[in-house]
Amino acid sequence: MPSRKRAPSRSGPTGKPVGSPTVGGPIVGTAMEIDGPHSPQQVIAGLRATSEGEDLVQLLTPEGQRVSHPQFNLEISAAQLQALYRDMVLVRRFDREANVLQRQGQLGLWAPLLGQEAAQIGAGRAMAPQDMAFPSYREHGVAWCRGVDPTELFGIFRGIDQGCWDPVSTGFQLYSIVVGSQGLHATGYAMGQRLDGRIGNTDSGEATICFFGDGATSQGDMHEAFVWAAVYDAPVVFFCQNNQWAISASLEHQTRVPLYRRARGYGFPGIRVDGNDVLAVYAVTRWALRECRTGNGPVLIEACTYRMDAHTTSDDPTRYRLADELEEWKLKDPLERVRVHLVREGMAGPEFFDKLATEADELARRLRDYCTSMPVPGPERIFSKIYAEPPPSLAAARADHLAYHASFTEGDHS
Amino acid sequence: MTSGPQTITLAKGLNQGLRAAMEADPKVIVMGEDVGKLGGVFRITDGLQKDFGEQRVLDTPLGESGIIGAAVGLALRGYRPVCEIQFDGFVFPAFDQIVTQLARFHYRSQGKLRMPVVVRVPYGGGIGAVEHHSESPESYFAHTPGLKVVSCANTVDAYWMIQQAIACDDPVIFFEPKRRYWEKAPLDVEVAPPPLFCSRLVRSGTTAAVATVVAYGPMVRTVLDAATVAEQDGQQLEVIDLRTLSPLDLAPVFDSVRRTGRLICVSEAPGEASLIGELAARVSQECFYSLEAPVLRVTGFDTPYPPAKCEEDYLPDLDRILDAVDRVLAY
Repeated sequence: MPSRKRAPSRSGPTGKPVGSPTVGGPIVGTAMEIDGPHSPQQVIAGLRATSEGEDLVQLLTPEGQRVSHPQFNLEISAAQLQALYRDMVLVRRFDREANVLQRQGQLGLWAPLLGQEAAQIGAGRAMAPQDMAFPSYREHGVAWCRGVDPTELFGIFRGIDQGCWDPVSTGFQLYSIVVGSQGLHATGYAMGQRLDGRIGNTDSGEATICFFGDGATSQGDMHEAFVWAAVYDAPVVFFCQNNQWAISASLEHQTRVPLYRRARGYGFPGIRVDGNDVLAVYAVTRWALRECRTGNGPVLIEACTYRMDAHTTSDDPTRYRLADELEEWKLKDPLERVRVHLVREGMAGPEFFDKLATEADELARRLRDYCTSMPVPGPERIFSKIYAEPPPSLAAARADHLAYHASFTEGDHS
Repeated sequence: MTSGPQTITLAKGLNQGLRAAMEADPKVIVMGEDVGKLGGVFRITDGLQKDFGEQRVLDTPLGESGIIGAAVGLALRGYRPVCEIQFDGFVFPAFDQIVTQLARFHYRSQGKLRMPVVVRVPYGGGIGAVEHHSESPESYFAHTPGLKVVSCANTVDAYWMIQQAIACDDPVIFFEPKRRYWEKAPLDVEVAPPPLFCSRLVRSGTTAAVATVVAYGPMVRTVLDAATVAEQDGQQLEVIDLRTLSPLDLAPVFDSVRRTGRLICVSEAPGEASLIGELAARVSQECFYSLEAPVLRVTGFDTPYPPAKCEEDYLPDLDRILDAVDRVLAY
């Protein structure tokens, strides 16, 4: 069993000393607080709270005001903030374009990220080049940060491929569609980073980050991932985007306690961040990755956000949630607060926003053009690269099937 | 290892094969429940942690999905994990990770990602065990494209096949006949092994052979014993050890059936919708004009594995195989 390297005197993100490694992390309340509240209304209010509550890390309010936090102060230049805003605008535009393409029949399906831009851009930009991300299927914003071109995501949703980007050079693994399955892959990969001796140095150390949602937290595989990561001190950040809905199942169908508090039970820090605040997400994720890099992983982050669109284009949220809820979350929009802040502080003028709007239009046009011109794979694709060392029987089945196809095209049968 | 043949158990053959693989490649790691200090409940990994350290022989928490899921991640990192599932009946918590992930990474990524993972599963009955310790789940895995599935039947194959499986760049489900763990045979490591994914004629009949019997894993020994008895009765049988369950290597089976005209397939697993049902279909297709009789199957029954005191009746034995020989010859 690998021994734990965590220094006993280290502080958690709340600044409170961490006494025992087995209960490491932010001390978020008394036993009484963790047990209660008890009324259903209180439970739901507690689970849903994002802009209230002392546990929530926030650096930019929905109104666009910078606020300070004792552990996560972030110095950021106008150029850096512009860059984060640009990321979010382009990713939102790309996401909306993909939704339209699905409605026009050009994509078979799309899983929209609308509303989760800050969570994904903040986390994605906090990653170092040598880090590895394990996404679920909605991480289009993280993909963007890792240099995966949006066109590369389309193959999955147009039925051309099952993930065509290079997971190694991008540090962004393929989408995982079986909910929660990627938690163990991330943990195993992080165990490998530790076995390789790649942690312990702040600058060059490696870390892994696993993206999943509130629904995935109910999967047994996520439980095992938390256990494995804790037992092996794996340098993995579990980044949960709590977007409040797992298709039609609201959060109270998944949990009785706020999700970040579960980390305590596994013996590592859990922290809740305003997932619609790109600065807070960036600061917290950067901290968490550094913790992992230096041997203090794992860490759980719960980014509280909201899935403003449907689960996928096949879903109809009007059947299970009220429009009021969406209106409420629109007031906490992740892009708008940054725009307001940039304008109010004089960090960006009309020319910046105009140029960005043009860039977004160009991106949308490029994606549209690409989508409609994607080549459809031939029947030989069925048999392609199932194995590293393919058995002869597969080649025979392929040849048979291609010959069958050819029998229709080799002139008339007179 | 000393040179020259040594007579060792199948379990020891596996142990020495694992050791050789770990010596040959530092990326090979062994992981599973109780595989380290204890050496595994069957002692297959005995002594490996002591010699290779806790970084290469990982005693894992108790969770089969965790073992396989973490192994997938380690494989993505460049390792070659060899996972032990303690008993056949406990592979099912890992079924999702094996079928939806391990089997598909190569295809999903179109070869950008490889899964050189071996999942060792002690399987089959005959040891008087409690429920979930005597299952034969190989057909589930043979039914899953993207996996390779093999089963060894003797010491020599145990020693070589485990090394070949570890060297394979595809995921291999490695079924070990646990009731045969303690059977001994001479192993000469100087003798080069056959390839991993090939079936072998392990008893050739004379020109007068009257039937072909195909088996794999724990049933190979039983079938060979039956063939010995049949010979005393004047009936020559050809016996084929399938060895590879996916991909199937059926050329030796077709050759033999073309000589004998009759085929009996033997397996402990329930017969319906099973691997050997596929065997029967393929032989019917390829050897239609050579067959003198329908293909017969001798299998476990289509029931849950029974309480241990009933397993002698449940498991195909020498008499049931000889009975099938009589029936196939009656056509």
